[in-house]
Amino acid sequence: MSARQTIRRAAAAMRDGSLTSVELTRAALKAASMTESQVHAYLTLDTEGALQAAEMADSELGAGDDRGPLHGIPIALKDNMVTKGIETTCSSRILSGYVPPYSATVVERLEEGGAVITGKTNLDEFAMGSSTEHSAFGPTRNPWDTDRVPGGSSGGSAVTVAVGSALGALGSDTGGSVRQPASLTGVVGMKPTYGLVSRYGLIPFASSLDQIGPFTRTVADAVDVLSVIAGHDPHDATSIPGSVPNLDAGLGRGLDGVKVGVVSEMQRDETEPAVRGAVANIIEQMEANGAKVQEVSLPSFEYALSAYYLIAPAEASANLARFDGVRYGNRVDGANVADMMSKTRADGFGAEVIRRILLGTYALSAGHFDAFYGQALKVRSLVRRDLDAAYEDVDVLVGPTSPTTAFELGAKTADPLTMYLTDVFTIPANLSGHPAISVPVGLDEAGLPIGFQVMAPALGEPTLFQVAEAVESIAAFDQEPELAGSLA
Amino acid sequence: MTTTWEPVIGLETHVELETESKMFCGCPVDFNAEPNTVTCPVCLGLPGALPVPNRRAIDMIMKIGLALNCSISEHTIFHRKNYFYADLPKNYQISQFDLPVCEEGFLDIEGEAGGRVGIERVHQEEDTGKSNHMGGDGRITSAEYSLLDFNRSGVPLVEIVTKPEIRSATQARAYGLELRAVIVSLGVSDAKLEEGSIRFDANISVRPKGATTLGTKVEIKNMNSYRSMERAIAHEVIRQAQVLDDGGRIVQETRHWDEDAGVTRSGRVKEGFSDYRFFSEPDMVPMVIDQEWQDRIAGELPELPSDRRKRYQGMGLGEYQAALVAGSEPELVQMFEGAVDAGGSPPSVANWLTGEVVAALRRSDHSLAASALTISHLVELVGLVESSTISTSAAKAVLAGVLDGEGSPGEVAEARDLLQVSDAGALEAAVGQVISENPEEFERLSGGEQKLIGFFVGQVMKLTGGKADPKVVSGLLRARLSD
Repeated sequence: MSARQTIRRAAAAMRDGSLTSVELTRAALKAASMTESQVHAYLTLDTEGALQAAEMADSELGAGDDRGPLHGIPIALKDNMVTKGIETTCSSRILSGYVPPYSATVVERLEEGGAVITGKTNLDEFAMGSSTEHSAFGPTRNPWDTDRVPGGSSGGSAVTVAVGSALGALGSDTGGSVRQPASLTGVVGMKPTYGLVSRYGLIPFASSLDQIGPFTRTVADAVDVLSVIAGHDPHDATSIPGSVPNLDAGLGRGLDGVKVGVVSEMQRDETEPAVRGAVANIIEQMEANGAKVQEVSLPSFEYALSAYYLIAPAEASANLARFDGVRYGNRVDGANVADMMSKTRADGFGAEVIRRILLGTYALSAGHFDAFYGQALKVRSLVRRDLDAAYEDVDVLVGPTSPTTAFELGAKTADPLTMYLTDVFTIPANLSGHPAISVPVGLDEAGLPIGFQVMAPALGEPTLFQVAEAVESIAAFDQEPELAGSLA
Repeated sequence: MTTTWEPVIGLETHVELETESKMFCGCPVDFNAEPNTVTCPVCLGLPGALPVPNRRAIDMIMKIGLALNCSISEHTIFHRKNYFYADLPKNYQISQFDLPVCEEGFLDIEGEAGGRVGIERVHQEEDTGKSNHMGGDGRITSAEYSLLDFNRSGVPLVEIVTKPEIRSATQARAYGLELRAVIVSLGVSDAKLEEGSIRFDANISVRPKGATTLGTKVEIKNMNSYRSMERAIAHEVIRQAQVLDDGGRIVQETRHWDEDAGVTRSGRVKEGFSDYRFFSEPDMVPMVIDQEWQDRIAGELPELPSDRRKRYQGMGLGEYQAALVAGSEPELVQMFEGAVDAGGSPPSVANWLTGEVVAALRRSDHSLAASALTISHLVELVGLVESSTISTSAAKAVLAGVLDGEGSPGEVAEARDLLQVSDAGALEAAVGQVISENPEEFERLSGGEQKLIGFFVGQVMKLTGGKADPKVVSGLLRARLSD
């Protein structure tokens, strides 16, 4: 197999005339047709729309109308971002068949940038889960071992990039839903600073934590995708005003003099030895490459998971209230309006979604608010404070993305708490709103990918990408699952 | 021994702001549009849509807060109020909870039932859609089906909450009227009760006179006029006192005022209390209202009704008349101010405007703006009366002519031959004629029955078609008596 196709390589090839977007898109669609029956990454594959967009991109590029780094590049979208005219389900029965009348801001920006949208990818219902097993339309499987999960909730998007049925994909990361599946499928997954990418048109799970981010094969590709979707949006009141930091400012600069903090609380005994070993090895080599490494203790990280599983369900309990069968989605008739709403929701939501709605409703209830939601908000400020203090001494923090490599389907569905624990290392960056990225650094003895996480302070994306790219080149990870189609 | 019950009343007032666009999206505010035509993903609560606050609405609520002597919060945040209802598209309302835009103010009410009413808070929220229940008696319980119109969904709504300090139904009504006057003067809403752009709910409880704890409160809705507000509250206070006198207890509930029957009727019983699970709206960031913004709004505040009334009293208007003019429609206030500026005597201008002009307009079903009456006409008319050029009764006819577009008051008086006759010589004959026609009455007048002077003056006025100067006539009569 030749060198792995990437966004940057393909973009250059399209501009020197050695590749067309139609060829690239056909290759991605072929990869989909070869792998979908085994991985089920897509819920909707828009073959016709993708080829039309590719033809358009070829004619625009041919006419010198260059729309930037994603022009003509096949990109997949997690099915919780609304797409005008294309079914958007959140992997939920309640929205099955729902065709939105408008597109998310990220979708509009991709379209303006000439990207070829291949389709909509599978997720845990309403992005609630860490394995993409909680989908009303069946699980997505890990291409490295189809008996195993791809992580979640953006498992479908991660897998499209891993198998080459898209060159890049968008996911949403509420507690690790981009980084954790990236780690488990051997691709790059990045969560930007909260507010850097518009959430308008992202069907929310937990509004104060959700952030859309890219899956790609390389760090440089992640920079390219983010550069197209980032920037202030007047339709999102939490969108950061002003200009986007120069995202590729740190690329190629290496690690010389970079201060790296190794988080003590992320060196847990429960973490698989292969993951610990791979992470330690990378840190050692970072130091050898000029980084100044020090241990950093962030005591509040111990409580971050508990706080997250109160804040996220609390917000979700209100966010998902609108799915009531009155105006859109599926309706189950009842004796009166209240009965209709109740039956619609009981029938339309899966067990994990109902569990979190109940959890969140309880956490916000009078008499429990202070003990649960109120307390969780305090932990959230402690996490922020600890991180702010840490970033006075270091430029980035590092550790594993996930305590384990990909686990088997069904291994954790019976016990929600063990499933929740898979997010333990990714959640702090969501609570603080900081950017973080997972970079593949190797395989364990079973041949399953291991992800390395880099975190940076708010709007620290240039440094984050600088360090991530250095880690990428140290690890020199260039393997692909055997399932992957060729995009060369 | 019977207990004397003391009512404790608090009012919650909702005011729809007259902004160009809705509270959290760009849809126009338009109550005349066809159902569901002024909507978008945001106000329909479509999946993925996000709210962005309308800063013009915040300007307006700050005006209301400043006019009600409130402090403006430097940091204010929105909360989600969670409850399920078919016309509430997100199944939560974006409202405010513990950090409203305005807090701790008051409104002074003048008059007999007056006093200071404390304002607890003024907060910003969004309106719901409208349910039209079809079939049955028009209420949801008996409807066959309901139609939803989301045009109103997301219209900016301000809620003004008083402290439980109102002590009578009369005071509640006076508060309602004064609050409406303030809102109208600020130009933030037309505040029409009958159209729902201002809506009042009352929280009422009673307690033994002198007690310091509060009784169980009942919420009264459906008060569709200021009069029904007073009646409903008065009725509810008596009802509660009777229930307690009879050894019963008050149930916390919502009751609806039945205007025709003159009673409040039980609506839905609130079981314990409603748990709205308020939490801060994560789709928005805290709003910072800096001093500069506050100063700008304070600088835009117009004269408030109470200040205007004081100013009018300073011009020589009585308390009642000052309130009448100040509380009138804006075009009447403008005409008053204009006529006074142009030299008209304030009490006379006020008298004419609030009396004859309003009455004549009502008879002809015309608005002041659409009538032919101008400021200079009014000043001229008042001047003609004051200089005795025309009599008061002739002036009424002159006004009618002016309103009919016959010209200026001078021209009308001339044309209709209504100029007052003050020439004693010219009136002598008329006086003589009236005396000779009423010899018996003149005998009694001569005998000292002074009140008959009025009768004779009236007869002369009648004879001269209202043109005679009554002062001159009366002088001529007295001269005859002393002869």
